[in-house]
Amino acid sequence: MSEHTISVSLENKPGALARVSQLFSRRGYNIQSLAVGPTESRDISRLTLRVDCSEHSLEQIEKQIHKLVNVLRVAELRPDEAVERELELITVAAGPEHRADLIALSQVAGATVADIGREAITFEMVGRPEQLEAFEELVRPYGVRELVRTGRIGVRRPSSARRGQAATSPV
Amino acid sequence: MTRMLGSDAILRCLEAEGVEVMFGIPGGAILPTYDAIARGTTVRHILCRHEQGAGHMAEGYARASGRPGVAIATSGPGATNLVTAIADAWMDSTPLVCVTGQVKSSLIGTDAFQEIDITGITMPIVKHSWLVQSVEELPAVMKAAFHIAQTGRQGPVLIDIAKDVQEAELDFSYPDKVDLPGWKPPSKVNARQVREAAKAILEAERPIVYAGGGVLNGDATRELLTLVESAHLPSVVTLMGKSCLPDSHPLNYGMPGMHGSKYGNWALNKADLVISVGARFDDRVTGKLSAFAPGAKVIHFDIDAAEVGKIRHAEIPVVGPLKLALAQLTDEVRALRESQPPKHEAWLRQLDEWRAQYPYRYNHSDTVIKPQAVVETLRDLTAGRDDVIWTTGVGQHQMWAMQYLVCDRPRTFITSGGLGTMGYGIPAAIGAKAARPDATVICIDGDGCFQMTCQELATAALEGLPIVTVVVNNGWLGMVRQWQELFYAERFAQTHLTHQVPDYAGLAEAYGCAGFVAETPGELEGVLAEAINCGRSAVVDARCDPNESCYPMVPAGAASVDTIEAPLEVPN
Repeated sequence: MSEHTISVSLENKPGALARVSQLFSRRGYNIQSLAVGPTESRDISRLTLRVDCSEHSLEQIEKQIHKLVNVLRVAELRPDEAVERELELITVAAGPEHRADLIALSQVAGATVADIGREAITFEMVGRPEQLEAFEELVRPYGVRELVRTGRIGVRRPSSARRGQAATSPV
Repeated sequence: MTRMLGSDAILRCLEAEGVEVMFGIPGGAILPTYDAIARGTTVRHILCRHEQGAGHMAEGYARASGRPGVAIATSGPGATNLVTAIADAWMDSTPLVCVTGQVKSSLIGTDAFQEIDITGITMPIVKHSWLVQSVEELPAVMKAAFHIAQTGRQGPVLIDIAKDVQEAELDFSYPDKVDLPGWKPPSKVNARQVREAAKAILEAERPIVYAGGGVLNGDATRELLTLVESAHLPSVVTLMGKSCLPDSHPLNYGMPGMHGSKYGNWALNKADLVISVGARFDDRVTGKLSAFAPGAKVIHFDIDAAEVGKIRHAEIPVVGPLKLALAQLTDEVRALRESQPPKHEAWLRQLDEWRAQYPYRYNHSDTVIKPQAVVETLRDLTAGRDDVIWTTGVGQHQMWAMQYLVCDRPRTFITSGGLGTMGYGIPAAIGAKAARPDATVICIDGDGCFQMTCQELATAALEGLPIVTVVVNNGWLGMVRQWQELFYAERFAQTHLTHQVPDYAGLAEAYGCAGFVAETPGELEGVLAEAINCGRSAVVDARCDPNESCYPMVPAGAASVDTIEAPLEVPN
């Protein structure tokens, strides 16, 4: 088992997302994160999902996704060939005595303050998933009240050698 | 453009697709469309007694004709009753178009009377499905549905149409083209891969063609025969592939797998080159995977890229239409053969030796009807006829039918392989009869299977679709009993059905069919002949030996070279 990021371009139609996710659930795989939204074309959505599964299963699932009528492209985003980002909102307990410390930490980490209350601060942070995790660790001792992440989105690096390679093509 | 109701448009779409027959049952949410049927259509509607029957009839129609079968049902239970047939069509790649009524758009999502999310329920077992909520999209959806069911790897699709859509008006015109940017089944094959395959075939010392249902679906039976004959290639044929290569052809070494012949399994497992054509390395064929054809290189021809490398790594994958691929392969092989003699003459002699040494066998009897004798008698009674189509249920009788019937013409053996749907035989036979009215359609059924779908005998009787059903009545859920005998220390939990209840011949009469009983080997042939020739739907209750097990057998999980042979009381 290993973690993989899969990118799927699909028609913006009812049920299209369920048809993709069902191919994972029927094999007992849990989707760790999933982000879906519009793309440069109005009729097409891009789905990026993260899943822990075996290499052989992944190949099979990619081929099955490719066969779905609403799917236009499917490809694995390999870490060295992709730009990946994620957005996080994290609310940390922060009484007046800790505010300055936390804000200083966030500046170093690259997070910004989205909202501030008497007892807590909500930070927003965009970055690579591991950067978000590092920031979480930094603020955890203060008390994390709420944490939400969008799930990663990704595109192939224009500078990558495999640039422009089409989706999984039939063998 | 013609102004019409959605319900009428559905029928105009079916007519435009060339649909001759649809199988269904009316109900609330599909009533507007049945009202349109009352207004008139060229499509013949067969009124079934259960929607599962309608689904299997549509499948039988598709398998016998090569055209998509059409089933129609109402919402809720009508739709859920179709699910088994949809799953069956999914597993066996049968082109099936299901049209279901749905509650009014305004009620969808409210748990309204007979509302069920049938597109959700069937999502894992259809190629695609649509919930039609606007009448304008209806023609394009119908067009796309028929296109998808038939192209690429064939299979089922479902169109769920809200009642108010059927009742709404539209300006109808049937589109010429489909607009499906994501649907691109392969239409070509890679010539270099085909050349590699040809080279491997010429170099092989022990090649074997492993042909499956894809050959029938891909309309490639003639191309397969040409390949096999021109390269003198020995072949095995799977259950789903039966009739894709003539059974009586000397290069056809029968079926491999759990109840296949010993020589078929040896042919596949001792080969040095497996040429898979439209087959999918099912566990019932391979047995223990690590011991399957261990010394073989694999060439895998398939229309579906997802099948290649799924179970067994393919050294030479060839994705694309089989008809095209096999024709190209034959050309390549012929060209190579001019300069390179084949190396597998000794292998052919070996295969013939095994075939002679390990034929299918059983203990014959003069006192009790052996189930194998039923199949052999049916085979002999119809020998030389080219108008016979066989269907089966699922279980021991299915395996005996597979072993002993000789099918020399494509699409003459119709069975449920992947899903193993008991009860498939009778409705599939009715569907096949609707597709081929001139054919004699014989369903070899089990007593367990018969009781799952026998209500459709009423359909056969009333719709003028006569079929002959031969119940291999051993009084047990025989295949389950066999497993209990072999693997569960003869603890026969809940498998005894009895020979007597129901009275099959009496039940046949009740359904408007002719009923026959054969109790002794002596009367078997006469009774079967009478049933086949009676000119109407008939049921033969053939009272068989309850203790007979189906051999050879490869136990689940065992290596498929390790077949258990029938223990013989006296050599025959």
